[in-house]
Amino acid sequence: MELTLSKDEQRIFDGELGQAARESMEILVALGKIYGAKKMVPITSAQISGVSFKTIGDAGLEYLGDLAKKGAKVKVQTFLNPAGMDRSQWKEMRIPEDFAKKSLLVLDAYSKMGIMETCTCTPYLIGLRPKQGEHVAWAESSAVSFCNSVLGARTNREGGPSALAAAICGMTPAYGLHLDENRMARLIVDVKCDLKTIADFSALGSFVGKIAKTNYPAFIGMKKESVSEEKLKVLGASMAATGSVPLFFAKAITPEWNIEDKAQEITITQKEINDEKKSLDSGLKPDLVTIGCPHASINEIEEVAELVAKKRPTCEFWVCTARKTKEKADALGYTKIIETAGGRVVADTCMVVCPLEKMGYVTTGTNSGKAAAYLPNLCRQKVAFGDLDDILYR
Amino acid sequence: MIIEARTISRGQASGEVLISREPIGFLGGVDPESGFVIEKGHPLEGKNISGRVLVFPNGKGSTVGSYVMLQLAKNKKAPAAIINISAEPIIVVGAIISKIPMVDKPGKDVFALLKDGMMVEVDGDKGTIQID
Repeated sequence: MELTLSKDEQRIFDGELGQAARESMEILVALGKIYGAKKMVPITSAQISGVSFKTIGDAGLEYLGDLAKKGAKVKVQTFLNPAGMDRSQWKEMRIPEDFAKKSLLVLDAYSKMGIMETCTCTPYLIGLRPKQGEHVAWAESSAVSFCNSVLGARTNREGGPSALAAAICGMTPAYGLHLDENRMARLIVDVKCDLKTIADFSALGSFVGKIAKTNYPAFIGMKKESVSEEKLKVLGASMAATGSVPLFFAKAITPEWNIEDKAQEITITQKEINDEKKSLDSGLKPDLVTIGCPHASINEIEEVAELVAKKRPTCEFWVCTARKTKEKADALGYTKIIETAGGRVVADTCMVVCPLEKMGYVTTGTNSGKAAAYLPNLCRQKVAFGDLDDILYR
Repeated sequence: MIIEARTISRGQASGEVLISREPIGFLGGVDPESGFVIEKGHPLEGKNISGRVLVFPNGKGSTVGSYVMLQLAKNKKAPAAIINISAEPIIVVGAIISKIPMVDKPGKDVFALLKDGMMVEVDGDKGTIQID
């Protein structure tokens, strides 16, 4: 059966709701055809990638500016991915002026379309938490993983333009992870070691992502009491970076648990975790340590504040987070403690999408498997990987 | 002769065929100012895609390629139409936002039937490729 449109959907496709909606619907219909969707499903929210000027360039900026000029407006609550810089601290952070100007133009175009300038990869930490079974169109790979896996809501990994098209039309073609039959794990991962820190869960994700590739892993042996949302966040992010994993299950932890009959099984011991940590780490002393990939929660910021209040780090450091989370950190006094220790709480952006390579940094420290995967190529950085009490004090 | 295909991006256009049996990546692969293929070692390296009916299997590379296609269109250097074997999102989005008619899944072997320089018309509404 081919993709069928309802009367209202056909009207959007025919242009009755304007040029921008017509073009957006054309994108959704074409993607639906390619992936074998039979119908559209309404969505409750969207999250859009392609926000940093560094990733979309002049071409992307032109496209977004045009779309805004045509009067495009989003129909559902829509959040933005991190931008190329902190909107209020870019000068102090030595962001080149031309880059800053264009970054603001990108945000302006999105804002004209009714999109909230949230600039975060963790919308679920600042109030956008779809319920189990809800359909959404999210783009950022770690947010997609959290949304599907931890919240049990449903999204494919959208591209920037397809998430935007879905937001403008308020719907997405029903294929892939929107359908029950596709939310099945094909790889069982038996965790036979005790994982404690964010870096441990990063190493697990980094290792499993490479094996899983596009398969969905199901973890057994993880203890509920040793897991937190922060750890699941970095686990999913790391698997989405080294593999292409938009969904995982963890027994008795995530809301869904569906395994295919012929699932393959692997075992993870302390050795795999230790080896992976070693392979991610150059062993160098970092010029800059960046914490918060995905964006740090208020709990993570509190932990950093406690650590650096006791002992001042031996290098520059940033804690990257959503602006709303930063405001909480300001109010609770954590920002002040971090700044006194020589650090900075950075909002709107992160170490991966801002132009680190143009800011004089060569080696960047991280406890995130995702940042470790992207820093060498996207920011030409050498990576110091490890737990915070290691990399902050080398 | 008319070859049936699947509609992807609306509109009709005709032009001379330019064939690549290799996938095309627009970001870094095609110069948005001139329309020349600049990817080193690509079968179309040094050829210009402007105004041609570009026939290739599918897109590859960065998703920003969609926006490069729009830049080509603004500079009036875009292909007249696109025929893919199996479309993927980069080219699909690029063709739609750039208003380049596009079809995929042609019912016959276009690599055998079409030759560089042949005049063809692509109809993105009906899903047809017409050879003059």
